[in-house]
Amino acid sequence: MSDTFFSAPPHWTWFIIPYFFIGGLAGGAYFLAAILDWFGQPAHRPIIRSGYRIAAVGAILSGFFLTIDLGRPLRFWHMLFQSENFPAIIFKTFSPISFGAWAILLFGLCSVLSALGVMFEDGRLGNRTLRAVGHAMQGRAIAKFVAAIGGLCGFFVAGYTGVLLSVTNRPIWADSPWLGALFLVSGASTGAAALILLAPGRGATEQAMRWLTSFDRNALLVELLVLVLFVASLWSIRQVWLGFWGFVLLVGVVGFGIIAPLRMHARPAQAARLVLLGGFLLRVATILASEGIERYHMAAGT
Amino acid sequence: MAEAMGFFTDTTICIGCKACEVACKNWNQLPAENGGVKQMSGDSYDNTERLDGIHWRHVKFIEQFDGPYNGRWLMMSDVCKHCVQAGCLEVCPTGAIIRTQFDTVVIQSDVCNGCRACIAACPFGVIDMNPAAGTAQKCTLCYDRLEVGLEPACSKACPTDSIQFGTITELRARAQKRVEQLRAQGETRAQLYGDDPNGPLGGLNSFYLLVDKPEVYGLPVKPQLPSRNLAKSGTFSAASAAVLGLLALVGLRKQRMDDMGGGGGGGGGASAN
Repeated sequence: MSDTFFSAPPHWTWFIIPYFFIGGLAGGAYFLAAILDWFGQPAHRPIIRSGYRIAAVGAILSGFFLTIDLGRPLRFWHMLFQSENFPAIIFKTFSPISFGAWAILLFGLCSVLSALGVMFEDGRLGNRTLRAVGHAMQGRAIAKFVAAIGGLCGFFVAGYTGVLLSVTNRPIWADSPWLGALFLVSGASTGAAALILLAPGRGATEQAMRWLTSFDRNALLVELLVLVLFVASLWSIRQVWLGFWGFVLLVGVVGFGIIAPLRMHARPAQAARLVLLGGFLLRVATILASEGIERYHMAAGT
Repeated sequence: MAEAMGFFTDTTICIGCKACEVACKNWNQLPAENGGVKQMSGDSYDNTERLDGIHWRHVKFIEQFDGPYNGRWLMMSDVCKHCVQAGCLEVCPTGAIIRTQFDTVVIQSDVCNGCRACIAACPFGVIDMNPAAGTAQKCTLCYDRLEVGLEPACSKACPTDSIQFGTITELRARAQKRVEQLRAQGETRAQLYGDDPNGPLGGLNSFYLLVDKPEVYGLPVKPQLPSRNLAKSGTFSAASAAVLGLLALVGLRKQRMDDMGGGGGGGGGASAN
């Protein structure tokens, strides 16, 4: 038996699951938008505009879910500053929640700045201050600089959620080093899926969307590979998947979330919806499979 | 720093009276569970069942019975191990968990924001939320009593001295003598758990004398720090990010080449809607 079975579940459930899903999706969408901002063509502009908007909304929602999940939500700032020594910061390089909190803050800042930039482009900013910020983001150098920082932070946010789970002593999470990579790749595939659904509404042409659908298929293949590596790394505790969450992982994540979309070449929108479902179920299955394992209990007769 | 203080728990003389649990709850003013209406565990004579945010001491009953008359009871008063290398302290993002001058590990409730990282990080399943406070809590080794020269409430209340409090150096010597005594009496399974400063987590400042395998008492054989996974997990994540970045750039280049060639092939893309 793995030594992880002697630990206790942290009760990370229905606020943390959407946080991990939305954070990954937002990080993936921003990363793709940033890649296009740097290396894309003018035809990709509608995808970029969608990506930054998705990221900004996602970053704000992520912060919200993370905060309300705390036992003392009003103390959320204790993760960033020393509560007894404000404004001295607190930053622990070996604590994923600590450096993750800073990454979310930075990612949120970049995604909001980039979103204000594209909203200014669209002429959607009524407020004077926001319009001034949006206008400042029209400078190519600053826009690209923010995109580069935000793109890296986006992938960081998508991946650190899995690393955070691995840096525990819980069954499944701490028994595999692949969760960070899995959540990161899933963030990319779900980010691309969200863009496939929303970018056409912002005027993305079929030609511009070709790159996105092609990327999403490649991301799904990488995700399948990493998922196989993740499950294989848990071989010594394989009994944990002999239950409902194993079924969800196999049918919901692999079947509906990866295999089915890969086979739906002609219907990218439907495929994208399934990718989003699969990405959500991936977080549900991996988190609740471990949460459901209570600490080792000695019953009479053992 | 004052000399390291801690507990040595000799499980062979624990009688399961749970006086330590009562003394702990009383001194630390821990709230009752379920409004004071206690439900029976149903599968054991142990009805407090576990350590958590409102039970900082718990006497485990290990009921090893093969039929109604053949068997034995093992009893162990469990508590935070005050690890020399503490996983909870390592992951706490707020700095609420500190090491004190007594080399014990304490959660400052006024700093903790209830993120619960420490609960998942503890290899022993010691920490949990105190629902009344909204923060993670566990044994403080009676830090407030230690500061004024008093013994922790649990060891003070223990009627058999199963829980012994003192300096770690003194406790280790005493524990070693007790193991030798038990072995001389024929209890060859007698062993210490967590006494070795070169062992897992740099040793435990609350260590135990056991007469069966650690896992029988619900203790991990080789407890580890959560950070053991950080480098590997981070490297795999970075590698997967690099692969995806490369795929994105190669896709863009391919599309540009296709467009320059006047073809529209290369994608399976159709309209998104």
